[in-house]
Amino acid sequence: MAAENPEDAFEPLTAKGADDAADSQDQLNNEMAQITKQYEESGRTETQPRLDYAPYRSSILRHPTKDPRHTDPETIELYAPAFGERDVHKLESDLTIQDGGEPIGERIRITGRILDGDGRPVRNQLVEIWQANAAGRYIHKRDQHPAPIDPNFTGVGRCLTGDDGSYSFVTIKPGPYPWKNHQNAWRPAHVHFSLFGTDFTQRMITQMYFPGDPLFALDPIYQSIVDPKARERLVADYDHNVSEHEWLLGYKWDIVLSGSNRTWTEDDSNV
Amino acid sequence: MSENTQRLVPTPGQTIGPFYGYALPYENGENLVDRSHPGSVRLHGTVYDGHGVPVPDSMLEIWQADENGKVSQETGSLIRDGYTFTGFGRVAVDNEGQYTFTTVNPGPTEAGKAPFICLTVFARGLLNRLFTRIYLPEDTEALANDPLLSGLSEDERATLVATREADGSLRFDVHLQGDGETVFLAYPGLE
Ligand SMILES: [Fe+2]
Repeated sequence: MAAENPEDAFEPLTAKGADDAADSQDQLNNEMAQITKQYEESGRTETQPRLDYAPYRSSILRHPTKDPRHTDPETIELYAPAFGERDVHKLESDLTIQDGGEPIGERIRITGRILDGDGRPVRNQLVEIWQANAAGRYIHKRDQHPAPIDPNFTGVGRCLTGDDGSYSFVTIKPGPYPWKNHQNAWRPAHVHFSLFGTDFTQRMITQMYFPGDPLFALDPIYQSIVDPKARERLVADYDHNVSEHEWLLGYKWDIVLSGSNRTWTEDDSNV
Repeated sequence: MSENTQRLVPTPGQTIGPFYGYALPYENGENLVDRSHPGSVRLHGTVYDGHGVPVPDSMLEIWQADENGKVSQETGSLIRDGYTFTGFGRVAVDNEGQYTFTTVNPGPTEAGKAPFICLTVFARGLLNRLFTRIYLPEDTEALANDPLLSGLSEDERATLVATREADGSLRFDVHLQGDGETVFLAYPGLE
């Protein structure tokens, strides 16, 4: 596995360097408010993040400047790789039993359905998640945030969706964590999700958030989805029917992939 | 077709962030076939940012047909058995932004079509994934007739056609921005 160099990851405050984030949260808030204002005035409706969103500093040199070229998908693009029980063990969906002991934190279940843009369930498909522990710390070697590592928690899980497109993970509620985008920058608590559809063109990676997080308004990654309704689609609902007596709290989050471009026959839909 | 006539609004994407390295890449993710496979080909290149600086925290995925143009629907991409061609690969670039897949040249999925490999790009700092195609350079007639390529300028087209190197490997660099910016793709139903 290749090493990484995430210079916007947290580094200890003692390690001040030339690339230290100088901008204040107020400066960031002003920039984000300006973009919101322009968006509201545009009268347009956006559903995806902006790739060019300067308040997220690392995006400045990493976004394409040209619009994507529209094209009709060819045969290979109308299919996605198949995953099965050879690839994923059932126990990989429980992040609380992976390393022997019990991890520390609030035990939760995250569950929901994965649908395509026409409302068809995405069946037998791979879902991968990764997240920080309850203290906001990743196992990742470059995560230097001085919060404790939990020896009983890797924060990595996988599952296959069911016939109804459902997925379910048992995990620990992740903590917020600091990063270097600007002074006193904190990410709202989130779980990273990696998703496949029936077409490779539906491939996506995103982040799920928890309801009522006070950091939403301050976070340029969340705010890069400039439409408030669109970004709220990343926030799970607390669902008491998912919670379990004296055991865990339940969150419900449904995911919609882009529309499939395959011509679906009755046969395909029943596979 | 589905009973729903109203299309649902897709969930927004978000950046892969910096900490995917221990979660997503997996053993032999970049080896769709073994190096000893008779038709094995090295597909390699570098991911660059808008200043032409290599991006050290990008992850790439490829999806392709086999040598005969057949689309695999075999499972086993995550735990490879060394024999089954699943058509899917994943790799994290190294500290110098370089990647290598070991795969095969895809055949045309239909007679006369220009064969290509689908590529998806993820990176810290990239707020949503990007799609593109890696075309094989050999079938010049098919390339000339390709509906996507024929609508591009010469410079744009060059960003999508891999270079065949003397040792038989394919070179394909990704330029997220700036000089030689790679042509990225949007599909119907996708913003
Ligand atoms: Fe994260």
